[in-house]
Amino acid sequence: MTDEILYDLRGVSKSFVKGKERITVFDGLDMSIKKGDFLAIMGPSGSGKTTLLNILGGVDQPTDGEVWFDDERVDTLSENELARWRANNIGFIFQFYNLMPMLNAARNVELPLLLTNLSKKHRKQSVETALELVDLADRAKHMPSEMSGGQQQRVAIARAIVSDPKLLLCDEPTGDLDRETADEILEMLQLLNREFGKTIVMVTHDPQAAKYAKRTLHLDKGTFVEKDLAA
Amino acid sequence: MSDLFLIYKNLTRKPLRLFLTVFATFIAFLIYGTITGFQNALDSGVELSADDRLVTVNKINFTQPLPISYVNKVKAIEGVQGVVHMNWFGGYYQDPSQFLQTFAVDEKAFLEVYDEITLTEEETKAWLQNNQAIIVGDTSAEKYGWKVGDRIPVGSNIFSQADGSSVWDFDIVGIYKGRDRQTDTTSVYIHYKYFNETQSFGGNYIGWMGVRTVDPKLNEQVIKRIDDMFVNSPFETETVPEKAFQKAFIAQIGNIGLILTSVVAAAFFIILVIVGNSMVLSVRERTAEIGVMKTLGFRSGRIFRLVLGESVLLALVGGGLGIFASLFAMAAINQSPTPLPDMLLDSAAVQTAFAYAAILGLVTGIIPAISALRLNIITALTRA
Repeated sequence: MTDEILYDLRGVSKSFVKGKERITVFDGLDMSIKKGDFLAIMGPSGSGKTTLLNILGGVDQPTDGEVWFDDERVDTLSENELARWRANNIGFIFQFYNLMPMLNAARNVELPLLLTNLSKKHRKQSVETALELVDLADRAKHMPSEMSGGQQQRVAIARAIVSDPKLLLCDEPTGDLDRETADEILEMLQLLNREFGKTIVMVTHDPQAAKYAKRTLHLDKGTFVEKDLAA
Repeated sequence: MSDLFLIYKNLTRKPLRLFLTVFATFIAFLIYGTITGFQNALDSGVELSADDRLVTVNKINFTQPLPISYVNKVKAIEGVQGVVHMNWFGGYYQDPSQFLQTFAVDEKAFLEVYDEITLTEEETKAWLQNNQAIIVGDTSAEKYGWKVGDRIPVGSNIFSQADGSSVWDFDIVGIYKGRDRQTDTTSVYIHYKYFNETQSFGGNYIGWMGVRTVDPKLNEQVIKRIDDMFVNSPFETETVPEKAFQKAFIAQIGNIGLILTSVVAAAFFIILVIVGNSMVLSVRERTAEIGVMKTLGFRSGRIFRLVLGESVLLALVGGGLGIFASLFAMAAINQSPTPLPDMLLDSAAVQTAFAYAAILGLVTGIIPAISALRLNIITALTRA
């Protein structure tokens, strides 16, 4: 991990109206993520973990405050600019994999590359590399329905890293997996962080999963409590 | 992998639904193609009518006769190039169920006035020389296996001979072709003189006259002169351009255009509902996937085009197959002789059909495409 800041949230607030009530999720939240960090975010249901992940992923906008990513302010970007920004900078890993059921593993991994100008040949090479990295090169032609949960999540990881994003956002990446498979996935994320310098933010309920991260932030009622698990 | 591949994969993910939707579109365009072909056949009678040809009928209605003496009087009118008189024979071949559209005509004038009927020189000569001659269209000749030299019996369900027989024997001296594809080649023609001499119903009356003018510009003038000539006589006439006559004849059956348009509109409306509903369901089922694609960085506009592309491709495939099938259906119908000219779809009609298919695709896809366009990522992922 370097000292360079990748993500900087400055006084971020988020609230929304539900019925006649205004619900505040964060009120003036500050947060910094350094390049090469592997951060786990834990907290009880309703603490704002997913909302925070959505803001970090550029799929939701704060009500107030500033969001800076690699010296670029992203909270003021338009919908289309955000889409481009996400395609260039963020890799997403979901709890339920969210693969396209009608596409085989290789096609699923190729999907984010359709947003680049890469040639067909280069796309193919990138897909092969990503699938080799998650040890699924021999499953390239398999459909999601022909794979186990762990394999599907590995395909999802390959899809997340294939365009070499700066940040991987994982939303309960092991929430649908058994312990053994979950550990495999977490080791893979750890490997991506350690060997390839990927910055990772992972939302999880699982304390075991959080142990794989370099640090854990506990979120409660929109406020962070930091614990250094390594200490 | 391209966007087209994504569209294809989305379309084919539920084969039964795809089949049923394409089949529904196929049926609609089969109906559209065939009905358009039928309408073209009806309209061709009007379109192929010569501009310089008039039809003179009894003013009461065209089933009432006119005296044959009118022919020479009309011939003498300034601006008239030729006149042929014709009688409806009400024919059939061998059995009344084998209807044969038969006309008794002035053999020489007929070929002059109706020059879209083409015979070889030899056939023309034989037609003019033999008073028991019959010329038959190549469609009927093919149907009944007739050839030149055959002697065939033609019955009439209106007239009879002096001996009580209602069957005449004729020598086939020519098999005529049409100058245009849609020229009627199912009819047969016999000599009026022979018919008039042998029938017992009352002679020297004709059904109507075909009048060729020197110049279409003179039509109005000639029409007035003909009808004025016979005004206040027992057989007043009504003369109209042939195109108007054909239109009025078709209109007697009913407002065919309106009926056909209504059938096509009903078919298209049903398809609109079926395909539209299918597309809405299909996109609704994929809400989470669309959310994931947007999360990955696919812009809303691109998602919009992907969804719309699906409905347009589906409509084009179904519509294209339907039009293709309608061409086969028309070819089959054209094989069997009917009094109608050939049903056909020209390239403009095919292009129009594809344009309709594209519009149908756009209309059925627009609502789900807009839903996909507006879909909020967080809402979509919540449904995952």
